[in-house]
Amino acid sequence: MSPGTIASSIADGLLIGIVYGIAAMGLSLIWGVMSVINLTHGALISLGMFGVYLLFTTFGLNPYLALIVVAFFGLLLGVLIYLIAIARVIDAPHLSSLLATFSVNMIIIGLGTAIFTTTPRDTGFSLGSVQIGPVTLQGTRLVAMVVTLIVAGALYAFLYRTRTGKYIRAVANNRAAAELMGIPSTAILALSFGIGTMLAAIAGGLISTFFSFTILSGGIYELKSFIIVVLGGLGNPLGALVGGLILGVLEGVLPLTMPNTWVPVIEFLLFVFILLVRPSGLLGGK
Amino acid sequence: MKQWLHPGFWITFVIVLALGLAPIVTQNASIREVMFTILLAISMAVSLNIILGYTGYVSFGHVVFFGLGGYLGMYLIDSWKASLPLAVLGGGAIAALLALALGASILRLRGAYFALATIGINEAARTFVANFEPFGGPTGIELHFSVYRDYGGPAQALWIAYYAVVGITLFAIVFSYLIKTSKFGLGLMSIREDEDAAEVMGIVTPRAKTLAFVFSAVLPGMLGVLFFFKNGNVEPGDAFRLHFSIETLVMIMLGGQGTLLGPVLGALGYQRLRGLLLTSDVKIGTLPLKDFQLVISGILLLIIVLFIPAGLVGWLRRRFAPLRRVLA
Amino acid sequence: MSVLLQVHEVTKRFGGLQALTQVSFDLPEGQILGLIGPNGAGKTTLFNTINGVYKPDGGRITFRGQDVTGKKPYYLAKMGMARTHQIVRPLNDLTVRENVMVGACFGHENRPLHEARAIADEVLAFVGLDARADQLAGSLNIAQKKRLEMARALAARPHLLLLDEVLAGLNPAEIDGMVQTILKIRDQGVTILMIEHVMKAIMNVSDRIIVLDYGQLIAEGTPQEIASNQRVIEAYLGDPRMAEQLMEEQV
Repeated sequence: MSPGTIASSIADGLLIGIVYGIAAMGLSLIWGVMSVINLTHGALISLGMFGVYLLFTTFGLNPYLALIVVAFFGLLLGVLIYLIAIARVIDAPHLSSLLATFSVNMIIIGLGTAIFTTTPRDTGFSLGSVQIGPVTLQGTRLVAMVVTLIVAGALYAFLYRTRTGKYIRAVANNRAAAELMGIPSTAILALSFGIGTMLAAIAGGLISTFFSFTILSGGIYELKSFIIVVLGGLGNPLGALVGGLILGVLEGVLPLTMPNTWVPVIEFLLFVFILLVRPSGLLGGK
Repeated sequence: MKQWLHPGFWITFVIVLALGLAPIVTQNASIREVMFTILLAISMAVSLNIILGYTGYVSFGHVVFFGLGGYLGMYLIDSWKASLPLAVLGGGAIAALLALALGASILRLRGAYFALATIGINEAARTFVANFEPFGGPTGIELHFSVYRDYGGPAQALWIAYYAVVGITLFAIVFSYLIKTSKFGLGLMSIREDEDAAEVMGIVTPRAKTLAFVFSAVLPGMLGVLFFFKNGNVEPGDAFRLHFSIETLVMIMLGGQGTLLGPVLGALGYQRLRGLLLTSDVKIGTLPLKDFQLVISGILLLIIVLFIPAGLVGWLRRRFAPLRRVLA
Repeated sequence: MSVLLQVHEVTKRFGGLQALTQVSFDLPEGQILGLIGPNGAGKTTLFNTINGVYKPDGGRITFRGQDVTGKKPYYLAKMGMARTHQIVRPLNDLTVRENVMVGACFGHENRPLHEARAIADEVLAFVGLDARADQLAGSLNIAQKKRLEMARALAARPHLLLLDEVLAGLNPAEIDGMVQTILKIRDQGVTILMIEHVMKAIMNVSDRIIVLDYGQLIAEGTPQEIASNQRVIEAYLGDPRMAEQLMEEQV
């Protein structure tokens, strides 16, 4: 196989991986702050896809402007989901919060299937491509990478530079202590869940600009997010970005050495293996 | 042996027996199909309850035992011309072996980590089987029509599969009750309440957890064989459907985790509701109600999780103390 | 009198923190050995290392003549070691009786269920919880939960009982009751190692006392010797109230 093939596989992998990463970041943030595995994650990614798709195809809104709208409503929806479904079970055993998020997932997927059916959709949006030596890069994917980097940078600035961000980290660190210091933990938890949801919706919106999808597609990215989060360390949002890149490159390179269908087998075995030998993730947990 | 006098056991046993006998008495094939689904759900829920309700470990990917058992059984019938009973035993055995191997590894993980690992195991199994040629790769295994001839034709074979499911479900009830009222069960419940304290009190936790996991895996492995034998084919997506696992969890939550009767009522209620919604003529706007089956189940689940986390039986036992003597 | 428990140069580190440094002592059969020291001295860590919750980084622990260093807690429980926890750990959703049955079932006598039930009732009467046997453990108050911890440990019929601050949070009358209980247990031939902050009580019941400070054993002796030991008083200087209690004991 030529170096050119390898180079374009790696480039493709990195570009898609960073978008996986932003989705996983949302999952990781929620886990880090409140120890909840968000099983609504996939449905929220799907909603992000449909949001951008509908705004683009019905109102002709540019997908990247649509993404801002989707991000805002994602945040709002996340806060709402937290207050309705999760706040009550936040201190209950894990099963309760798992099933609470799963029930929200059922509701969203159920409504989505009833309204949108499961026919594949395609935004049909293109920004052309860029040729660098043997490597062809899709314009939409390059923009997606830039958007991801901006969002990740903004999240870090928010978490480390603002008072609210510090509150979030304080709650993640020790909720009881944070409450004693007068930090309004319910508001902070709701906001964190909202941000996690927003990240999922943004990832979905970006993915919709380069792949076709259905309401059920988010489930695939949810599973990928699990793998990434474990790679990067549960509760470590920056690790999720790196984990996303690792998974993306694996998905780009592995098919060169084996049939495509074996790739997920390797991914899931890797996932279980890392959980077993290093549950804090390759890059360390929170 | 005093435990066998507890009405809680007999109430549960009689409910399951009545359900199981209904199609046999009426000799009605469509009732039999409904009951097959319900009894399957009951025995899956009762099995999962051993690791989930008694031991406190949330196994999300429990369907892996159903799928792997089903696959091995179908393979034995299709390629080795094995008889159905042998295939069913094979399915149970492979599920038990997998649980034993997993028990030694992933049961070290606690809480959410364990739940995640079980999802990973199921997905790894699903994607692996889709590549595994002896099991037919992505298209799976389809039984030849002639297979059913040994059982007096397809119609008779369906009855045989049904009798077997009735038997397994009744056995599941007895088995679950036996565990719950045994010293072993007391150990499991101690692990559920506080695993570290359980170790300090002398419970050999790795062994107890692994055994519980094996016990909760055997029957799903056997049921998988019967289910796919009845369907005539098996493919990776059906065998390792994560959603099936989660539905089983929902049934246990509805009825009450850690109780004997709870998973039975939960499975019965869930399947009945599902059936009603799917066959309803009611419309919401222009859309038939059955399109909203998932939404309604989701809302119901959310209400249960938020407000009655102990499930129906757990709630009754807590609310009305005298019922503890009657409900197990 | 033979030595039941021997701790030899046991060391335990957590990351950069040296929690225990070469701690050594012997505990002869039938004695009550008090373990005192300021907060954070490593007392509970020492318990956790003895009963296998933590693996020591160095040293050796011998119990009933067998090297048990690094063995799991359930192994030690089966050999006849039982303990209570400083922060009570009831099995909330099980009844009080079932909690105690766990001790009898899985402790070193390994009793079957029906015998465990009889033992549980007997032990519950002994600690005065018999009236609450059918209640869920989670519904007990803190003093009752402490008794439940004790009952659970006793139901195992252990050779060695590790008591971690069973008197903390009890009122004076409850303390007297618990002290009587501890003495009765010793009279039944059970060896006891106890951590305690209530100085008066531990000075009264202990045959000997050892003192930990910053993970090191700084003194060992009879209650009288400890009460007048200059190093021990210095160790407690950071805690004037405790130092005062200690000084009172010298009289």
